[in-house]
Amino acid sequence: MLSSSMRKVVVRFSGDSGDGMQLTGDMFSQSSGIAGNDLTTIPDYPAEIRAPQGSIGGVSSFQIQIGGTEIYTPGDNVDVLVAMNPAALAANLGFLKSGGTIIVDKDNFSSKNLKKAEFDKNPLEDGSLNDFKVIRAPATSLTKEALKDLGLDTQAVARSKNMFALGVLLYMFSRPLDSTISYIEKKFAQKPKLVKANIKALETGFNFGETTELIGNAVIPPANLSAGRYRNIDGNTAIAWGLLAAAEKCGRKLSLSSYPITPASEILHELSKRRDLGAIVFQAEDEIAAATAAIGAAFAGNLSVTTTSGPGLSLKTEALGLAVISELPLVVVNVQRAGPSTGLPTKTEQADLNQALYGRHGEAPMVVMAASSPDDCFYFSYKAAKIALEHVTPVMLLSDTYLASGTSPWKVPEEDELEEIKIPRFEGPPEDWEPYMRDEEFLNRYWMSPGDAGFEHRIGGLEKKENTGNLTYEPLNHQKMTKIREEKIDRIARRIPKQKVHGAESGKLLVVGWGSTYGAINTAVIELIEDGANDLGFTHFNYIKPLPENTGEVLSNYDQILVCELNNGQFVHYLRSKFPDFKYQQFNKIQGQPFSSSEIKAQIVNVLSE
Amino acid sequence: MQSEIKVKETPLTRKDFKTDQAVRWCPGCGDYMILANMQKAFAQMDHPKENFLSISGIGCSSRITYYLETFGIHSVHGRALPVATGAKLANPDLNVWVFSGDGDSMAIGGNHFIHACRRNVDLNLIIFNNKIYGMTKGQSSPTTPAGVKTKTAPEGSYENPFNIGEIAIGAGATFYARVPDKNPKLMEEAMMQAYHHKGFSVIEVLQNCVIFTDGIHDLITGRDTKNENQVVVEHGKPIEFGNENEFGLEVEGMKLKKTNLENGDRKSIVHDATDPDTAMHLALARMQLPDFPVATGIIRKVEKPNYGMDVHKAIEDAKKRSKYSSVHDLIHGGNTWEIL
Repeated sequence: MLSSSMRKVVVRFSGDSGDGMQLTGDMFSQSSGIAGNDLTTIPDYPAEIRAPQGSIGGVSSFQIQIGGTEIYTPGDNVDVLVAMNPAALAANLGFLKSGGTIIVDKDNFSSKNLKKAEFDKNPLEDGSLNDFKVIRAPATSLTKEALKDLGLDTQAVARSKNMFALGVLLYMFSRPLDSTISYIEKKFAQKPKLVKANIKALETGFNFGETTELIGNAVIPPANLSAGRYRNIDGNTAIAWGLLAAAEKCGRKLSLSSYPITPASEILHELSKRRDLGAIVFQAEDEIAAATAAIGAAFAGNLSVTTTSGPGLSLKTEALGLAVISELPLVVVNVQRAGPSTGLPTKTEQADLNQALYGRHGEAPMVVMAASSPDDCFYFSYKAAKIALEHVTPVMLLSDTYLASGTSPWKVPEEDELEEIKIPRFEGPPEDWEPYMRDEEFLNRYWMSPGDAGFEHRIGGLEKKENTGNLTYEPLNHQKMTKIREEKIDRIARRIPKQKVHGAESGKLLVVGWGSTYGAINTAVIELIEDGANDLGFTHFNYIKPLPENTGEVLSNYDQILVCELNNGQFVHYLRSKFPDFKYQQFNKIQGQPFSSSEIKAQIVNVLSE
Repeated sequence: MQSEIKVKETPLTRKDFKTDQAVRWCPGCGDYMILANMQKAFAQMDHPKENFLSISGIGCSSRITYYLETFGIHSVHGRALPVATGAKLANPDLNVWVFSGDGDSMAIGGNHFIHACRRNVDLNLIIFNNKIYGMTKGQSSPTTPAGVKTKTAPEGSYENPFNIGEIAIGAGATFYARVPDKNPKLMEEAMMQAYHHKGFSVIEVLQNCVIFTDGIHDLITGRDTKNENQVVVEHGKPIEFGNENEFGLEVEGMKLKKTNLENGDRKSIVHDATDPDTAMHLALARMQLPDFPVATGIIRKVEKPNYGMDVHKAIEDAKKRSKYSSVHDLIHGGNTWEIL
């Protein structure tokens, strides 16, 4: 039962693929944001574009956790489940907390639909849902009745029942309808009939809630978020926008060269739309062409980016060697998915870390970073671009399916809140310049491009003589250049933030995470600290190569280190190789699913009690 | 696309495009001819020197970027074309030249080649076709003729070779020329025509490798045989060959037929390089010994929309229609809310 004493609530909308659950979820997120709640969302939809209607395989879900406190994950277990048909109930019942609330469209529980969902008996009648509070809403019939005078076809009426469900939810959380109504008016601006129908269905649902005494009614208080303008954003859009912001900041054009691949394609889609802001987008014939075209665009002087996912990164690898040895500014975004090979292409994993760090032939170091929430994807893609441009080097940014499709509220920055990007250009006359002369402090070369008269020079994959860049096979030069390229990456650590610790500064256990697992680990650690765990610390890595300068010091302050990651132990191996003297434990999940905070919590408790 | 070309102020010479690097091809290699002609042609082009970009793949051919005093990228095996595409889309003012070999462009880079032909970005590609892998020391390439002995076909190659012109035209290339390395005048002409062509230009150079396939083009290019075995096609002129121009071509059914013009009662077909239809250009590109002479010259030169120009036009159009004038507008627009 909902009550206003709840600090966090998890809601899951589920229905057939055609039921509009993702839109319903988006609109509920928007309403929650406006209500001042913090939130995180995650969609869960079938891999098939059109799975059979009414089947369990065709269920599309959207989960959101809202709270009057900071929210870092879409939640482990569900408080309120909306199930528009029997299949949705069958697919999602397992996520529901004991005592949780189920809202079903009872009109959809026909024997035909029950059979498609593999129910022998009607669960609404056989007592199997006695542990839950079930609200049997006649969503289809009430929506039909409410919309009968609008002259819509049957399909349009059926499609409006998601707004009925949303109306019920808005009532349950004591939300005013006005902001949702204006959302509808904007969304269907070109179709006034649909505006009417959706608003009508929404109100019908809301009134159903109000008149049905069975439904509890709660207010989740606003979270303590800092003042400003917010929006919900998913990781892929955030990455695209961060790149646009970086290009605008440094005054260069943005070139994106990519090949479609799940789950990275939305970055390509978004930037294709952003031709209206000058983005030059090239859909290449393959991943290799995408990577090499990005190298061409980088040499030509643009902020150049290629985006992909694991299998695509494998194909780009040779080209990245060229970017490393020729020392060009290039951003590579890898939205990881579960592998190897095609693996679980729509599921999340952090298993491309080794590839990012070591996946190239020869000694080929590049910067590796990882974003940790959908909204900070904006800052990390901005930062990846900044490092690439300022240090004239390729940078790999790791995201994953979880961040790509999840959303979180993002406080939209003003332009002057974004860090300056200073491109290192040689300011003297061309005769004083050499293609591979370097900045003394950071060892980056200067980025001169076609169009810079007098600076004509050749780059390429062959080893270069120090400074001049002329070809040479001199043994000592190769060693020296190899060391310089490594040292150049290492020195970037001087410019990245120091590693921070939450919780105890020293003690029994340090929990370590990197990338997208931040939310789950942070939630677990916060709860344990609230419960009194006072010798527990947590540190989360966004900068992986180079590591922050104080990494060794942070690790040295604890008896044990527990590294949690969604792979078979890639980051822990990296830490072991860099800092072999500490005692590491590892917690690895390789199921194509994100961590739940409860399983992290259980693992930490286990280690602490050993 | 040569949008708003900044025309260079002082005329340049061949020397301006020579680098200080020692040229390291084998003595007598056909590549020297290509280098010399390229430098000569570069000096005649209107772009300012800083807007020249030379891009190569990997192989003997691709060393050329180190010898051309322009901005240059010696890239990855087979990938010169996408590198060039990325650069040209990034900066449409560049004058981009791509250098590749038969292995580089037809084997490992074959996919990029056909897509470059299809897209028609304004790039100029010179393929050094010596019909062998030279730098890796003599393996068969996709253009090695059947029967030629190589390191990987010691008894003679038994693979079907590609005809570069056929693939280029079939894939949609708007400009295709074939020139022997021994004909500097024709090569220069092809390079300049390619330069002025707004779209993707392919120049196949029949290039001699003195080490592995020495003389492989001799029947076509040799002093004593070239008149009969090679026909240089010229737009608007009848296609005639032989020591006395006594032979020509006729169309019979859907095929070309060699015809004797000596009696004066027959006329050879007139070459139309600008015909959008590919049939005749394919037929010319496909002609081979011994039934036909090999066609050289500019076989195809047609105007078609070019992708690079389209991309930038689409950007300009989208900007005009856009509700956003900056990233700030984008990120602050749409569904946002205020927390006070």
